[in-house]
Amino acid sequence: MGIEIRIPSPLKKLAGEQDIIKAEGKTVGEALCWLTETYPGLKERLRDEQGKIRGFVTIYVNNEDIRSIQNLETPLKEGDRLSIVPAIAGGYR
Amino acid sequence: MAEGLKKLFWKAVHKTLQGYYQGTKKGVAEISIHETRRLLQRGEKIILLDVREQDELALGHLKDSVFVPRAHLPEKAETLLPDKDIPIVVYCAAGVRSLLAVKTLKEMGYHQVLSMKEGFDGWKAAGYEIASDSELTPDQLTRYSRHLLLKEVGVEGQSRLLKGKVLLVGAGGLGCPTGLYLAAAGVGTLGIIDSDRVDLTNLQRQILHGTSDVGRPKTESARDAIERINPDVKVITYQERLTADNALRIFADYDIIIDGSDNFPTKYLVNDAAFFTGKPYVYGGVFQFEGQATVFSPGEGGPCLRCIFPEPPPPGLVPS
Repeated sequence: MGIEIRIPSPLKKLAGEQDIIKAEGKTVGEALCWLTETYPGLKERLRDEQGKIRGFVTIYVNNEDIRSIQNLETPLKEGDRLSIVPAIAGGYR
Repeated sequence: MAEGLKKLFWKAVHKTLQGYYQGTKKGVAEISIHETRRLLQRGEKIILLDVREQDELALGHLKDSVFVPRAHLPEKAETLLPDKDIPIVVYCAAGVRSLLAVKTLKEMGYHQVLSMKEGFDGWKAAGYEIASDSELTPDQLTRYSRHLLLKEVGVEGQSRLLKGKVLLVGAGGLGCPTGLYLAAAGVGTLGIIDSDRVDLTNLQRQILHGTSDVGRPKTESARDAIERINPDVKVITYQERLTADNALRIFADYDIIIDGSDNFPTKYLVNDAAFFTGKPYVYGGVFQFEGQATVFSPGEGGPCLRCIFPEPPPPGLVPS
């Protein structure tokens, strides 16, 4: 399914300076696989050694957290937006 | 006072009031705020009639006024003002509605009715004494008038703000604008915890601090800026880092915690201490042009920071 992936600012430079990337995938897991194979710099940021999504990254499909749907098995349909939201801490310096 | 003198006084009052009938506006007599005040100071027997709407009264009124919104005069005036011969000075906010009110009252048979030309706004601007039934002082009624006029805030809302206690963790890029606006809005107690000193590179965005504050502790610079804006605000400073040892003790004194910190260990500490002390915690984070903001209030059944981000990133993995 043709979807859009939203790349957050702290990870943009690892995704060729793009903030929206057109992608394909029937599920969230497939789309993220495609993303990290295409932009290997993102692999370490998004997934741990076992391939699980890291605890400081949340993934949303449209406005729903995938943890409240089916995690990586969450199905995607045409035009869905997958957003990657990492914790950010700047506010000071 | 002897009877003779009393009669003379009444004559003088009538003459003053009649003098005003000469200078009429569309057949309605007016009296200035200054002359009204002089009459009151001399102890003249006059009625002050406030014809403003209910929600305007929160801004204050003239002492011992009778209150009848202008549209209700035909049905209420005769009950509240049975004597149609006593002189009445009518006022509204700016002196326009009171003119209409005077016309109405004259048609109802009131003989000595005057409109106070500059209205309540003019009275207050001249610095004359006002009364208020609210918990706010006359000065506060003026300072927060733009809040009081909002039905969602009003005197009750402003009183709650003045009783509020907010802790700012960090007086930097997020803590500064937050502190400025909370101080201006009248949050009664602001705690500020920050161990850092003001640096020149801060001044481009950390707007509580100025050029002459470079090198000073941020807590002191922030306190001075807040006191300059609003003397109603009590500022409590903690020139130290927030740690597991002091967090629970400090948080206990506040209603809401605002996290403007710049590192993950502090954010998780704030989250945990807020969770254990049952305080809502306002979370904020910024990276270049992207920001995050939310309120965590697990005490009300919502998630906490660890529900969304179960673990912090290892140092160096995500920029901060």
